[in-house]
Amino acid sequence: MPVAHGLAFDVAHMLAGGMVTVSFMLLFQDRLFALIQFIALHALVLTLALGWQAWLQDAEHLYAAAALALVFKATLIPWVLHRLVRRLRIERAVETVVGAGMTMLFGICLVGLAVVVMLPLAAKSPLMWEDLSFALAVVMLGLLIMITRRNAVGQIIGFLSVDNGMMLAAAGAHGMPFLIDLSIAFSALVALIVFGIFLSHIFKHFDSVDVHTLDRFRGDQP
Amino acid sequence: MAIIQYLLLQGFQMLLVLAVAPLLIGIVRRVKARLLRRIGPSVFQPYRDLIRLARKDVVVAHNASWLFLVTPYIVFAAIWVAAALVPTYALGLIFSWSADIIVIVGLLALARFFQALAGLDVGTAFGGIGTSREMMIASLAEPAMLMIVFTLSLLAQSTQLSSIAHYMMTVQVGLRVSCGLALMGLVMVAIAENGRVPVDNPATHLELTMVHEAMILEYSGRHLALIELASALKLTLYLSMLVCVFVPWGMALTDAGPLALLVGVVLYPAKIAAGGAALALLEVTVAKMRVFRVVDFLNFALMLGLLAALLLFVSRSI
Repeated sequence: MPVAHGLAFDVAHMLAGGMVTVSFMLLFQDRLFALIQFIALHALVLTLALGWQAWLQDAEHLYAAAALALVFKATLIPWVLHRLVRRLRIERAVETVVGAGMTMLFGICLVGLAVVVMLPLAAKSPLMWEDLSFALAVVMLGLLIMITRRNAVGQIIGFLSVDNGMMLAAAGAHGMPFLIDLSIAFSALVALIVFGIFLSHIFKHFDSVDVHTLDRFRGDQP
Repeated sequence: MAIIQYLLLQGFQMLLVLAVAPLLIGIVRRVKARLLRRIGPSVFQPYRDLIRLARKDVVVAHNASWLFLVTPYIVFAAIWVAAALVPTYALGLIFSWSADIIVIVGLLALARFFQALAGLDVGTAFGGIGTSREMMIASLAEPAMLMIVFTLSLLAQSTQLSSIAHYMMTVQVGLRVSCGLALMGLVMVAIAENGRVPVDNPATHLELTMVHEAMILEYSGRHLALIELASALKLTLYLSMLVCVFVPWGMALTDAGPLALLVGVVLYPAKIAAGGAALALLEVTVAKMRVFRVVDFLNFALMLGLLAALLLFVSRSI
């Protein structure tokens, strides 16, 4: 029989599970604007999860991390991406490598893998096991998003969700120094700038953001 | 004496679902019309339609076999039994031991099987298209449904709806992500199975993408009335199931007094009406998807079921 546990645990569990679900929604989406909206939702759920953990652990630095996630990940990055997509006029690009059904199946397998890999932790600290397996699942789903997209914007979204998964892992682990949270958040920002430049460049050269054009490129005229 | 009382309570439930079903369709149509800034027909219009259809003569194609004639009765009977088994206003009715979700899925599959055969029987193009699509949707919806059923039964340690509802009402379940996923998956399956908007449009005969309406195109008169009533009952069944599992509060427990029963009887139509209004809101906000997209839609429901079971496994061991 499942044991009745406290509300504190239930909410943390629901928020982490919610992140996994939103990751699946990201996997399922093939429209760019929908992807961008869902990554904002992903970051919003992350913000809530961080805020809840901050309140539970009474850790001020996690409040700061939640604020960073809200400002940068849930607002600024989606806004910049949205503008970029509109500026490059690639709103209607719909590209996935394998079909949605196959991707879903892979995704489920990855979540199972994440749970099993973290199993040794279960005996020591079930709560930690649960937190880390969810975070690992989010990270792996993000990687899956990256490899199933041809579109550079889709890959950026995958990267951002990997990043969100790392933040979730950092929040669950007690006593993680704030420096690490901060550096993860900062790396996302740097990545955004790099990606932005990368995107505009490949679009300028190839008139498309399909990264497969890069494979054929031999250094001469495209 | 007690047995008569139990039988009466069960009989009342059978009549209750039958009485509520057309009203539910009426409410959904009315709310949809109001949301589209039309006045819309009265909520009692489906009853009038059914009475009018029942009075009309039946027109049967020359090459129709006996299967075509018995199908409406089989479909209606199977779905009525299934709908009457789902706990509506009280738990632990006399037949609740048989209200197993898998039995209900089986009864619905039986009805669908005969309806599909009848759709093919006359040999018209529309019947064939509708049937093949219905079977495609069914073959995807059923695994998703069963996966959700397994999740719920893992949680409540039973596949009987009455016990699941009892578990949800009495044990402190708390906020569980698995329940949320199962709810979402069940809603998606219900939409697909009932042919509601993102999957199929119940309001039109003029679309090449129609599924359910294409299958029953050859029916008329009292046969059509029975099939329409059966599909209304099916929608009621799914809503009752959602209400019974996820919002069971207010239902009378086993051997409750008359007051609790009265509360249950009053609350049940209110919950169903709220569900119908929510369905109408959903239907006006989303666009119908292409038939080929239905595969992805139902795969997502299956995925939600799998994920719910997986997350349940994680949270159970704590």
